[in-house]
Parts: sequence; structure tokens; C-alpha cells
Amino acid sequence: MTSSSDKGSTYVYVTYIRTTPERLWSALTDPEQMKRYWFGMHCESDWTTGSPWRLLFSDGRVADAGQIVEADPPRKLVIRWRNEFKPELKDEGFSRCTMELEPNQGAVKLTITHQHDAPQSKLISQVSGGWPQVLSNLKSLLETGEPALVRT
Amino acid sequence: MTDDAVFRALADPSRRALLDRLFATNGLTLGELCAGLDMTRQAVTKHLALLEEANLVTCRRQGREKLHFLNPVPINQIAERWIGKFERPSLAALSHLKRTLEGEGDD
Repeated sequence: MTSSSDKGSTYVYVTYIRTTPERLWSALTDPEQMKRYWFGMHCESDWTTGSPWRLLFSDGRVADAGQIVEADPPRKLVIRWRNEFKPELKDEGFSRCTMELEPNQGAVKLTITHQHDAPQSKLISQVSGGWPQVLSNLKSLLETGEPALVRT
Repeated sequence: MTDDAVFRALADPSRRALLDRLFATNGLTLGELCAGLDMTRQAVTKHLALLEEANLVTCRRQGREKLHFLNPVPINQIAERWIGKFERPSLAALSHLKRTLEGEGDD
């Protein structure tokens, strides 16, 4: 489930959420909201271009880390993203995660593109299992006030 | 964008075959998607339009190429509608068992 070899590895996820770009931006950058839809995980960053970024497990261990490449609230966020806790994934180096928020008929179209230059990136393949669930949860949380799934 | 559109899009074997192709190799051009398929380019274009409407396929421009990506988020949402919080691990185990016994191996 990777993209053709000459194009690196890319996954694109799209979901439409009935909310405003401002509320969605806040949900994507606020640790307390994040914990509710990201299965206890949250990010740490001051969300400005060039600042460090980390994704933490609920127990505080660092899962992934990198840097904010571009922050244009509430429209676009680009993160330079590397795994930190599995040597074989860390060795792959940095991937690039782009989040785009576009108003669309009373909702917001959220597009997440996660790319790696490596043709068969294990990191991209691993995060690909997680993004659909995280996004479904995020959508549910913003639209109903409750996440769809709580992982125990 | 609605569940109806997703079910309609999935109801056709040719469209499911296109999703299978993107699942195996994500980010294909129209030409790559058509290669080796028993469908005209025109038919594939029509099917892709319905898949895009259902948000199951999304397109990205990369240079001069238009690439097609499988977007599994709507399918995940449908699954979560009926799969309870604690059922997912046992369902994954059952599905793995079925695939192993039926000889399709693991993914």
C-alpha cells in the first residue's frame, strides 16, 4: 500500500468536518483537545514556522519529533516529521506531513498528505494505519463533542 | 460525501477493482490505472468521478501529472458506526484467521 516507486511514498487523507477553520486549527494544535481524539497522544510545539515539534505518547515518551516547516493559521501546517522510538523507522529520516484546511459548503475540508522520499517508507506505512482512525475521531469530536473511539 | 454516496460507489465491482489497484499502489495516474484493465479509459474516468464524489479517491497534482490516491477515511467512519469500542482487536484477529485459512496469507 505504497505509492509508485519513482514518486516516493505518499498517502492522502481527506475528511469533511462540519466546523470552522479556526475551531479545526485549534483542535489540531491544542494538546488537551488532541488527547481526546489521538488516543491519548498529543503534540508539543508553539506552532510557528521553524519551531520544534514533538508527538508524545500518553506516558510522556517521545513518539515522533521534527520541526514546523510552515504554519499559516487557519489554513496550512507543514511538519518535518521523524520517528524517534523505533530505530528502523528513525533511520529512514524525515517525512513531511502537510495539513490543509479549506472552507467547503459550511464545512471544512481537511486534507492530510504524508510523504517520504523513500519509495517503500515503513514510517509512512505505519502512520497510514493510524490516520484514518485519528481523523474519524477528530471529525466526531468536533461535530458531536465526543470522539468516535476511545482506545483503552 | 454522504454514506449513501460511499455505498453507491462501492456497489460496483469495477470501482472496487480500481480501489484495489490504489490500495496495492497508491498515487497512480489515469494511464497507470487503466493499464492492463479490461475497461476503456472513458469508463475508468467515469468510475473515478464517482469515487471522487464519494471521497474515496482524492487527486493531487504533481508536476504535470494528476495522481489518484485511495482515501480510506469514509470507510473507516462507516466501520466505526457499527463496530463497538472493544470489538476491533477481536475482529482483526478473526479477519486474520479467515485470510490465513483461506490461503490469502497475511497482508
